[in-house]
Amino acid sequence: MKTENQKAWFFVLPVLLLVAFNALIPMMTVVNYSVQETFGDNLFFWEGLGWFEQILRSDRFHAALGRQAMFTGLILIIEVPLGIAIALSMPRKGFWVPVCLVLMALPMLIPWNVVGAMWNIFALPDIGLLGYFLNHVLGINYDMTQDPVAAWVTIITMDVWHWTSLVVLLAYAGLVSIPDAYYQAAKIDGASNWSVFRFIQLPKMKNVLTIAILLRFMDSFNIYTEPFVLTGGGPGNSTTLLSIDLVKIALGQFDLGPAAAMSLIYFAITLLVSWLFYTLMTKDDLN
Amino acid sequence: MQKRSLVPILYIFFLMLPIYWLVAMSFKTTNEILSGFSLFPQTFTLEAYKTIFTDPTWYWGYINSILYVSINTVISITVALPAAYAFSRYRFLGDKQLFFWLLTNRMAPAAVFALPFFQLYSAVGIFDTHLAVALAHCLFNIPLAVWILEGFMGGVPKELDETAFVDGYSFPRFFVSIFIPTIKAGVGVAAFFCFMFSWVELLLAKTLTAVAAKPIAATMTKTASSAGYELGLLAAAGTLTIIPGAIVIYFVRNYIAKGFAMGRV
Repeated sequence: MKTENQKAWFFVLPVLLLVAFNALIPMMTVVNYSVQETFGDNLFFWEGLGWFEQILRSDRFHAALGRQAMFTGLILIIEVPLGIAIALSMPRKGFWVPVCLVLMALPMLIPWNVVGAMWNIFALPDIGLLGYFLNHVLGINYDMTQDPVAAWVTIITMDVWHWTSLVVLLAYAGLVSIPDAYYQAAKIDGASNWSVFRFIQLPKMKNVLTIAILLRFMDSFNIYTEPFVLTGGGPGNSTTLLSIDLVKIALGQFDLGPAAAMSLIYFAITLLVSWLFYTLMTKDDLN
Repeated sequence: MQKRSLVPILYIFFLMLPIYWLVAMSFKTTNEILSGFSLFPQTFTLEAYKTIFTDPTWYWGYINSILYVSINTVISITVALPAAYAFSRYRFLGDKQLFFWLLTNRMAPAAVFALPFFQLYSAVGIFDTHLAVALAHCLFNIPLAVWILEGFMGGVPKELDETAFVDGYSFPRFFVSIFIPTIKAGVGVAAFFCFMFSWVELLLAKTLTAVAAKPIAATMTKTASSAGYELGLLAAAGTLTIIPGAIVIYFVRNYIAKGFAMGRV
């Protein structure tokens, strides 16, 4: 059991100071902008909650939020089952295990803008491997700079390529922690593959899958660099996700007030969903 | 060979395709790239790599990135170690709230912080230094390091601490010469993650630098837009950014699965 000791605060203090410096001061700046109006020259006027009302009612925000929800929903639906399936079919021990794991982790170690640039080159209609294959071998008319559907397929595939391995590695870590005795008992009972999965493997993976889904939710909801480099939010606005729209407003149009209000709403949504999910997933453990 | 090993093989094949294409393109001449499709480089050239290794604006990009990533990893691990120990061994006022608050910093979109960060670090006077990027990346790396280390420390029985204190070890001596070596796998994994997330992040690194500490990724975006469309050069630069990650991952290959599970399995 843990012992009560208030002096432990001294151990936490350096972390607290460093993170607070990076988190609280910029956050207060954002809050400050969100309630003011500026016409440049460092002149600010009190605006109250006007920006929040404007953002919450704006069609542009709703559309970006809708696209964001669709993106996050799609990648979760694809990556989580796919990751579990791959983890289940991985070898448990032997020479190939570290080889597989290292190769699988490789996409996650590539800088995000390189990921975007790489997929851009990969998908070029006539000279990229993917683009050439789809257009000239399969005969599908594919050009992600013109066709919103192609652009969506490309950014989803890119994210699946980039992050499915995270789910695989987490699920795999859960699987290898199951003692052999469990499987032997299941065999004696004549359990089917499905019941082994449903009643032994899935419960054992629950903790790590919670982490996987949480991380995938937070990171995909905040995604910016990769789709920005790949499609620039286009064609039109079809792949303008929340972060891309936010940067357009803040740095493109320099509308600091609305951008700050939007940041806070955005942050609040991420926080709320993560918290709800975390509470639901860990509810059973508490009882 | 069993039938089910086909699944990981196909998956790895899919992962390698875009990487292969990037590497192949880095060995092609600009003419060949633009003139049409070829699966292998027809006229093999090292021109792009030569440009990168002889032009200071290019190779300094790599040095800058490696510098701030290393500084960040050292800072994050150093401050996260005692904090993780406190979370794993003691109850104290507000511990749960503090832990959750730390984690929420991973949820804030970097895009939200870009402008305020620029203002903050300009005001402090360290804009365009390696330290600025290293400190900024602490925002998401320290919480992660605390989380991972706490997971690994939780697996070490408390008897270890008690025995050492009975044997007359002072706390700092126990921590440095007994406890840290015990969880060195965890430290390695945490360092790997700090390296990884600092290496792949670009938005903040780009916002906080201008010339002196510009990361390689920013050099790439600038080249992509200013020098027309030098795909070969861009591909070569991209290929080189994969190498540090590949080297680092090799060192933690045996802990990688447990590491991604933050020690919580």
